[in-house]
Amino acid sequence: MNFTNMDIISMKDFSRDMIDHILNVAEELEPVARGEKRSNIFSNVLLSLLFFEPSTRTRMSFESAIIRGGGNVLNLGSLEASSISKGETLADTIRVVEGYADAIVLRHPKEGAARMAAEYSSVPIINAGDGAGQHPTQTLLDLYTIKRESVLDGVKIAIAGDLKYGRTAHSLCYALSLYGAEINLVSPDSLQMPEEIVNDLRGQNINVYQTSVMEEVIEDIDVLYATRIQKERFPDVTEYEKVAASLKITPGLLDKAKIDLKVMHPLPRVNEIDASIDNTNHACYFKQSFYGVPVRMALLSLVMGRLK
Amino acid sequence: MINTTKKNGIRVQPIKNGTVIDHIQAGQALNVLKILDIPGTSQGTVSILINAPGKGVRKDVVKIEGRELESKEVDKISLIAPNATINIIRDFDVVQKQRVKIPKFIEEFVRCINPNCISNSREPIISKFYVTNNMPGNIYLRCKYCEKTIDENIADYLH
Ligand SMILES: Nc1ncnc2c1ncn2[C@@H]1O[C@H](COP(=O)(O)OP(=O)(O)O)[C@@H](O)[C@H]1O
Ligand SMILES: [Zn+2]
Repeated sequence: MNFTNMDIISMKDFSRDMIDHILNVAEELEPVARGEKRSNIFSNVLLSLLFFEPSTRTRMSFESAIIRGGGNVLNLGSLEASSISKGETLADTIRVVEGYADAIVLRHPKEGAARMAAEYSSVPIINAGDGAGQHPTQTLLDLYTIKRESVLDGVKIAIAGDLKYGRTAHSLCYALSLYGAEINLVSPDSLQMPEEIVNDLRGQNINVYQTSVMEEVIEDIDVLYATRIQKERFPDVTEYEKVAASLKITPGLLDKAKIDLKVMHPLPRVNEIDASIDNTNHACYFKQSFYGVPVRMALLSLVMGRLK
Repeated sequence: MINTTKKNGIRVQPIKNGTVIDHIQAGQALNVLKILDIPGTSQGTVSILINAPGKGVRKDVVKIEGRELESKEVDKISLIAPNATINIIRDFDVVQKQRVKIPKFIEEFVRCINPNCISNSREPIISKFYVTNNMPGNIYLRCKYCEKTIDENIADYLH
């Protein structure tokens, strides 16, 4: 399998074998990501971070990944001060920046921006979120978390929250279909997973169960993946509060769960998970955000040809 | 006089040289004209049959005097009338008959349905779509950039 110079744009570009390979490399690199083992895997590497939208976790975890491996980052800096505010096209920006760096990590407000950037760039483009589109490194770190903390093959998972608009949930479902997962979708009726995605999953022989009641699925699952519920999606505050309360993960709910159930969340959370869960064995979300580092390290080392 | 046009009981003046687009999905004839920019570009007579009796199903037919189509025009037609045939008429006879072929990938002439797609911004790119035809007559287009699909009213997105 050769990843050298490959762009990382969308989960649809990955086969199960490719994902398995990335996750294996991530596991090898985990001690480096933790700072327990020194490595020069990124010596002489310059990674450019082009974030046209705010990000803390994704940007910092890419920085952590490259610096822990002995490389350096070039940041875009403030948007107002840059030539972008003077109206430069992304196509031009990319052709300039590719001359400065060995790979480009891009977050952009327009869907498809990363795919376009890849057409213009001779160095690998890594999509760190294109509007409401794809965010493949998030999905890969989610898979890695499930693999490390639970079991990926045939996992019984519940995904809860805003499943209509949440790109994290869409992309994760697609990826889990490669692993024969059993998928329970928990959301209010107004925020259900789009029908075409559910049909797609069923077409892959995946068992999909849809409900709005968490209690219906909690006893049976290995992983509970909570996603953010945005106030703006609801006609009024009372409706929002009703739904938020019904999906909230509380100690009472987890009493009914398997003892080794893992709770995940892409963060930042608002009210989806009661803080008293944090110190239990169920809580997995801070580990999940750490796992972004080895996974991004693995991707960077593969696309830049530092590892095979 | 040739009587091909009378064969089905359809009364249209025969054309000497030109193109007959037959077996157009009923209701799509006007979209075919839009694709061909008629009457903008054609000097010759153009006749249209709407809801003509076909083999079992109703169909539309467009007959254009004095014009043979470019392959790009045929590609566009295939997206809204996947069962159409293109008949080239010379000296009143059908000299070539071809079913439209649905391309796997198309560039430029479809606008993405997603207003926030990078292909609808002022970047120097043309739109690109993968074409899927899973059931006969059921075509959908997936944007190469934003991955959104167009599966209805494709004619509205042609330009
Ligand atoms: N000279 C002509 N002028 C106008 N229409 C014609 C002419 N010759 C054939 N056609 C039309 O072109 C289409 C294809 O013709 P033909 O090959 O004879 O029929 P089919 O495809 O049904 O076997 C038919 O709709 C027919 O009426
Ligand atoms: Zn698009």
